[in-house]
Amino acid sequence: MTLLSVKDLRVTFDTEAGRVEAVRGVSFSLGRERLGIVGESGSGKTMTGRSVLRLIRPPGRIEATEMVFDGTDLLRASEREMRALRGQRIAMVMQDPKYSLNPVMKVGAQLTEGLRQRDGMSARAARLKAIEALEAVQIRGPERVMEAYPHELSGGMGQRVMIAMMLIPNPDLLIADEPTSALDVTVQAEVLSILDGLVRDRGMGLIFISHDLRLVGRFCDRVLVMYKGRVVEELEAKNLMQAEHPYTRGLLNCLPRIGGSRAPLPGLDRAAEWAE
Amino acid sequence: MALIEVENLSVQYGTKGQLVRAVEGVSLRVDARESYGLVGESGSGKSTILRAICGLAPVTAGQIRIGGQPVPTPRGRAFSRRVQMVFQDPYASLHPRHTLDRTLSEPLAIHGIGGSDARVVKALEDVGLPANFRFRYPHQLSGGQRQRVAIARALMLEPEILLLDEPTSALDASVQAETLNLLNRLREERGLTFLMVSHDLAVIDHMCDRVLVMQHGRAVEELTRDQLAGAKMTTDYARTLFDASADRMLEA
Repeated sequence: MTLLSVKDLRVTFDTEAGRVEAVRGVSFSLGRERLGIVGESGSGKTMTGRSVLRLIRPPGRIEATEMVFDGTDLLRASEREMRALRGQRIAMVMQDPKYSLNPVMKVGAQLTEGLRQRDGMSARAARLKAIEALEAVQIRGPERVMEAYPHELSGGMGQRVMIAMMLIPNPDLLIADEPTSALDVTVQAEVLSILDGLVRDRGMGLIFISHDLRLVGRFCDRVLVMYKGRVVEELEAKNLMQAEHPYTRGLLNCLPRIGGSRAPLPGLDRAAEWAE
Repeated sequence: MALIEVENLSVQYGTKGQLVRAVEGVSLRVDARESYGLVGESGSGKSTILRAICGLAPVTAGQIRIGGQPVPTPRGRAFSRRVQMVFQDPYASLHPRHTLDRTLSEPLAIHGIGGSDARVVKALEDVGLPANFRFRYPHQLSGGQRQRVAIARALMLEPEILLLDEPTSALDASVQAETLNLLNRLREERGLTFLMVSHDLAVIDHMCDRVLVMQHGRAVEELTRDQLAGAKMTTDYARTLFDASADRMLEA
């Protein structure tokens, strides 16, 4: 079943220096599965994720021939309809907990804000639900974390708080934008297994945006490789090592590996014609 | 004689009335021209060791010697001629309102070294940045370019020792490769000694001859590069860390 279908998505910015096309004709469809989007900084992967929620501010413009989420046309939906979708049905986890949590609000207040305002829950019920969500992302001592300010949490904790916050409304689609780049390897593994469990148990669709091709290859079902706003290759994650496009191969080879050679790491060939 | 000797180093400080033992009794020795790695999770005290060497964290017990001499407190100019540090986050470690020219020439001015004009141009060239970047501000550069500037700044005084605190963890995979190559080239050309912190075992393995695994402020195990590659660690924690990293290695 297709949850989200995107055809020929374009994101353009009209700036003083001329037109910048951040995303140029990206198409994909997503069922209840894990789709990875990989690319370097500036490849348009984050913009693709944000377009689905129509979170691109002017002068940015979103154009597509089709962008449908579960029967709703995202291009024609009113702002009011979009607000009903955002968070409730499509949630997004941002990259850096330092910048994405409100620094002057306690974690508990941030977690319960939506439940209190939107769902009109009592303070007590909302609190219980928030603690439950923190437990779901394996935070020990959730009562203590509820009373903490974001700067009192470590990166891994902050990231888990953000995931918990996004999961409270039980969305159908989760867009995770580099959810683990700021984390240690061991914490990274934990956060990934939490996400994995949620996709499996709740039947969620997941768009996982990252610059780490090997990580995505291990974690996702399908991978889109983006370069300068275009998809250069789409492949099943299990066939990642048979990738044919030289850009994909470059992304694979530029990571050092344990026991690998000490020779300079191969740089990335950024040929202009791949962007055409 | 080892160039850097750290003996039974402990770092403690109090926050909110609680005593934090960031580092407890860690010893390590790094030979001249060696590249030594410190690896562990956030909060394992690995960065604190680097900060303690530079005098940025309080040494509560133990000794730090550079070239056989105990380091003075405050560290002073002679120390900064020999030892320089590159920080993790190139967005935070460069002064946002200073041009690259000013950032790079400041150490020269402090130490009364002449010919700063030519040295700044040379420094930019050495780290692979175009000369016309000289009068730009940090916000006009990408993350990888900023980290190159941070490396250039650390090398202005031609130190022997570079302390590298997660120099690539804020960078993309492809830019990380370029930065690691740059560091290796500079080490080769200038005979530098590296003490490098990372949470990524693959990066440490690529860069370092020996590695110390740390957890909760204590040293867990020291491994040579061969022991690491051959998965010959003896402690459970080092094995966990290795498995978490090896997990990510899809075999071709």
